[in-house]
Amino acid sequence: MKASFRRNEQRSAGLAEHPEHSALSPLSIHSMTVAYHRKPVLWNVDYDAPGGRLIGVVGPNGAGKSTLIKACLGLIPRASGEVEFWGQSHGKVRSRVGYMPQRETIDWDFPVSALDVVCMGRYRKIGWCMPVTRKHKAIAMEFLDRVGMADQANRQIGQLSGGQQQRVFLARALAQEAELYFMDEPFAGVDAATEEAIVEVLRELRDASRTIIVVHHDLSTVSTYFDDAILLNMRIVAAGAVNEVMTKENLHKTYGGRLTLLSEAAANLAQIDTGAQQS
Amino acid sequence: MMLPPATIVSELFDPRNSAVVLTSLETAIRVLTFRSGYNTNLVIAGTALLGFAAGIIGVFAMLRKRSLVADALSHATLPGICMAFLLASFIGQAGRSLPVLLIGAGFTGVLGVLCIQMILRHGRLREDVAITVVLGAFFGAGVVGLSFIQANSAAESAGITRFIYGQAASMQPSDVVIMAWICGIALLACTLLFKEFTIVCFNDSYARTLGWPVERLDLGIMALIVLVTLVGLQTAGLILVVALLILPAASARFWTDRIRSMVLLSGFFGAMGCWLGSTLSAVFPRYPTGAVIVLTSGMLFALSMLFAPRRGLIHLLRHRRRLQLHDLEAVAMHAHGAPGFHGLPHRGSGRADS
Repeated sequence: MKASFRRNEQRSAGLAEHPEHSALSPLSIHSMTVAYHRKPVLWNVDYDAPGGRLIGVVGPNGAGKSTLIKACLGLIPRASGEVEFWGQSHGKVRSRVGYMPQRETIDWDFPVSALDVVCMGRYRKIGWCMPVTRKHKAIAMEFLDRVGMADQANRQIGQLSGGQQQRVFLARALAQEAELYFMDEPFAGVDAATEEAIVEVLRELRDASRTIIVVHHDLSTVSTYFDDAILLNMRIVAAGAVNEVMTKENLHKTYGGRLTLLSEAAANLAQIDTGAQQS
Repeated sequence: MMLPPATIVSELFDPRNSAVVLTSLETAIRVLTFRSGYNTNLVIAGTALLGFAAGIIGVFAMLRKRSLVADALSHATLPGICMAFLLASFIGQAGRSLPVLLIGAGFTGVLGVLCIQMILRHGRLREDVAITVVLGAFFGAGVVGLSFIQANSAAESAGITRFIYGQAASMQPSDVVIMAWICGIALLACTLLFKEFTIVCFNDSYARTLGWPVERLDLGIMALIVLVTLVGLQTAGLILVVALLILPAASARFWTDRIRSMVLLSGFFGAMGCWLGSTLSAVFPRYPTGAVIVLTSGMLFALSMLFAPRRGLIHLLRHRRRLQLHDLEAVAMHAHGAPGFHGLPHRGSGRADS
C-alpha cells in the first residue's frame, strides 16, 4: 500500500510547470510537506539552492532539519510536493548527490575499518557483484588522506575518537565524488580542531563549485562557516545569504519562545559578526 | 536402559568404568576420522555443510539485527508442518513426505515474518514486542496442531516430533546433496553480494541514497535465512536451528574486526561445531543431534568469549587497570565535544597496542 502510494507520488508531473524553479539549480523543492503519523513535520517548503554555495540549515530541535534532507533524498516519504536535482528526479542523478548521515545512525561496533567505510562511497562506481579493487582502495586512501586520516585507515571504526569518526564519514561522502552534498550534523561530537578541519574541506569543495547543504545547530558559527543559510522551523522562515538571513527578527521567528538567553546571546554575536563582515 | 545425563557423566569418569571411557574415546576417534561407517559419515558431512552455510549467512543475519526474527521464523514453521501433515493425510498422501512438510513449514515461517513487518508498520510497537507476539502466537498454534495430530494419528506423528528437537540420524544421502546445494548457494550469494550485503547491514539509508535496492537485498538475506532454517529443521529442530545461525557468527565476532574474516571464521566455526557435535552424538546416540551440536557450538562461543585476543574477557580483565587510565584520558580528550560524544573508543584499543 505504502510503496504504491509513494510511487504515484514520484510519477506526478515534474517541476517544469512551475516556472519559479530553475532547472539549473542543484536542488529545487516545491511545496513539500512531510508528516509523521499524520502530524506535519515540514509544511509547504519551497526552496531553490544556489549552485556552488556552502549552505547551512539552522533551526531549533524538532524543526525538521534532518527530515528536510531525508525527504529530499527519498529516505522518508513525502506527503506532497516535489524535489528535483538539476531539473531531474533523484533516481536519475543519484551519482551526483552525496550524503553524510547523522552519527547516531551508525553502529560503531560494526566490523569494518575506516578504509572499508570510505570504500562504500565508491560501491556504486564499482558496480554489482564486483569486488573492491586495489584501484578503488587507492582512491579511497586519497580521500582519507585529504581529511587527515590516512594513518588510521586500518582501525575498526569504533576505535576512533568522535572527531576521527566524523572525518571518516566525511571522506566517504567525498569518495562519492558528487556535485551536491547533504551533511547531517557533521560537527556533532567533534573537537574544535576537527571542526576547523572539516570546515576547511567543505570550503575546498565549495571552491570547486560543489554545493553543500549542512544541518547545523550552533548559531554562533553559522555566519562564519556558511555562505547561505536556511532558517527552518516546520516551514522555511528565511533563506538566502547569511548576512541577509541571520537577523534578530528572523531568528526570533525561527526559535520563537524557545530561543533561550544563551542562544540569543549567541545570535547577537552572530549578528555582530555579520555586521563586521559587511563593513 | 535409559540413564539420566548426570549418571552418564559420572559413569564415564568413574574409574571402574574405564572400559566404557576407552570404548567411547575409540568411537569418537573413529567417527572423527570418518571411519565409522557410511551412515555416520553421511550425517557428519551433511551437518558440517549445513553448519558452514548457516555460519556464513548467520553473520549477515546478526549484523542486520535479524537474530530474533530468525528465531520467530523457525518457531513459526511448526503450524505449517502440522497443517501440511494434516492436509497430506486428508488427501491420502503419506503425511511424512519431507518436501510437503517443508513447504508447509516455509509457508507459515514466511507468513510469521510478514506478520512481524505488518505489526511494525501499522501497530506502532517496538520490534522485540512484535517478534514475541508472532513467535508466541505461531508456536502456540503449532503446539495445538501437534497435540491434535498426536491424539488422532499417534502412529504417524513421530515423523513430526523430530522437527521440534531435530534428528540428524535420519539423514538420507539425498539430504546431504541438498545440504551441499544450500552450502553452494549460500557461498555464491555471499561472495557475489558481499559488498551489497555489507552496506545494507551497516548503513541501509546510506545504501538507499546510493541507489542500492535495499528492500530487495534485505529480501535476499531473509531468503537465505529461510533456506538455511528449513534445511536445518530436520537436523537441529525448530527450537534450536536459530543457534546454528547466530552462535558461530557471535563467536567469530570476538576474533576479528573485519567482516570478511568474520564471515570465513563464522563458516569455519559453524562447520566445526556441527562436525564435533555430530561426532559426539554418534558416541552418545541417545541424545538428539541438534541439541548436542548446539551445545558444542555454545562451547566454541564460550571459549571465544573468554580467550579471544583483544575482545576476550580474560584479555579485558587483564588490561583493566590500564584501560581505566586510558578511559580517563579519552574522556579528558573529548570533553570538548561532549554533547555529541558518542562513547569511548573501543575497549582494549590504543593503549594496549602502543
